[in-house]
Amino acid sequence: MSQATATTGDLPGLIGLERASVAFHSQRVLRDITLWVPRGQTLVIVGESGCGKTVLLKLLVRLLAPTSGRVLFDGQDLALLRERELSQQRLRFGFLFQGAALFDSMTIFDNVAFGLRARGKISEDEIRSRVRQHLQEVGLPAEVESKKPAQLSGGMKKRVGLARALATSPEVMLYDEPTTGLDPIMSDVINELILLIRRRYPVTSIVVTHDMNTVRKVADRVVMLYPLSRLRPEEAQVLYDGPPGDMEAHADPRVQQFVAGKAGADWLNSA
Amino acid sequence: MIQVLGQRAQHALAFLGDFTIFSAQTLGWLLRRRPAPHTLLPSFYTVGVRSVPVVGLTGMFIGMVLAVQMYYQSSRMGVGSRMGGILNVNIVRELGPVLAAVMLAGRVGSAMAAEMGTMRITEQVDALSCLGTHPLHYLVVPRLLACTLLVPLLTIFADFMGVMGGAYLGTRYYGIEPHFYWYHTANFVGLWDLASGLIKSVFFGAAIGLISCHRGLNSQAGAEGVGRAATEAFVASFVVILILDFFLGLFLINIYHAPLARQPRFS
Repeated sequence: MSQATATTGDLPGLIGLERASVAFHSQRVLRDITLWVPRGQTLVIVGESGCGKTVLLKLLVRLLAPTSGRVLFDGQDLALLRERELSQQRLRFGFLFQGAALFDSMTIFDNVAFGLRARGKISEDEIRSRVRQHLQEVGLPAEVESKKPAQLSGGMKKRVGLARALATSPEVMLYDEPTTGLDPIMSDVINELILLIRRRYPVTSIVVTHDMNTVRKVADRVVMLYPLSRLRPEEAQVLYDGPPGDMEAHADPRVQQFVAGKAGADWLNSA
Repeated sequence: MIQVLGQRAQHALAFLGDFTIFSAQTLGWLLRRRPAPHTLLPSFYTVGVRSVPVVGLTGMFIGMVLAVQMYYQSSRMGVGSRMGGILNVNIVRELGPVLAAVMLAGRVGSAMAAEMGTMRITEQVDALSCLGTHPLHYLVVPRLLACTLLVPLLTIFADFMGVMGGAYLGTRYYGIEPHFYWYHTANFVGLWDLASGLIKSVFFGAAIGLISCHRGLNSQAGAEGVGRAATEAFVASFVVILILDFFLGLFLINIYHAPLARQPRFS
């Protein structure tokens, strides 16, 4: 228990994974990942599809539990929290899901207001003004408030998802493939929004992506994961951990290949 | 061969354990925090109001179908005028509750499973958790309450329509004197018959709610996964309704007769 209540000062970061592994039945997805994210940093996690990036992101808010190892947030081991405490801790995170995950039975207004209402103790007037503010912040007009998610384009849904995540004033923003499925211009709008949010609020950000434009634009630090199925048992799953600028010059050809976006000679065997 | 059987048994046990934990947690949430009215109303509307026509229609036809058979059988035994009693006791004890529940498992259960399955695979269930709301509290409890409270009410309606359908055919088509028809019904059908049907329907409702939500929340990815969740929700609910019907029927007959040492009535 003493570990669970340790202060952040003793730890190398606000959020951390300690030797975390995840397996679904017999399929191992993450192996012995140790990763600390200091307060205020923008960490981008890259890697090809199926390497466990999204799983890692979901570990941080305990949407998934590690098979072994620990996940720590602000000095607390998430596994030791009760359901109610966990709910409160989760409100300190904002999560932008890959498909935005808007509640499709509700209007855009109710979607953005959801987290505020779940918190309680906030008047409807204040909720209204905060929903307006956050929709405006992500560049959406007030007319969308009464629409349903099905009536919006992919880019608009992502921005509503962003407004919904921001509404609860999170300390940590988690982005799961924020630009996937969007046109290049809308992708850049989302990247700009990630930067804007970081400038405007004191957030720690973790972005999971395979878009190198996002890496170049927003990252303070990049971590590259590699699919376990193609690693030798003695190799670490984190192939690269460092600033985005050093990635291209990295010695590991697999890192270079990812940065260059080349299929490589052995793609038929490895795909 | 033995290995396969062992694996199957292990899967079945794991599934049963998972369902038990799910049910216990849902019950925990039900007792811990009252669900918000805005989550209850849509569930009550979908389960209750929108099921009225189909349940009424089913009830009426069951009453009429049963009347055709009953009249034919009982008139061969020379007791055609007494068919009202046996017909109505069958409706309120067995057919009303079971068929209303089966109709709801098909209409509401599979729709709930599909809805929650879609929410799960589009990460809406995860989004709920991230916004500080527990999916069991927000999604499952209202649906469970709606099914448990409204299936008995719909059963009363199905019973009523069945009794009316049977009476219409018996008295109008087969020409049984209404006085005798209702006289034998009143003599033969007791309050306990109605009550035992309704007690069963409470369990049927809870089973539909829990099974459908559990299947939905455990849906596999893709359109096929959601489709399978919806089908499994209906099939599992149907089977469980029949199994519950058998054991509850046995139990309710025993507690009625045993402690009070009553004899079954044949008037």
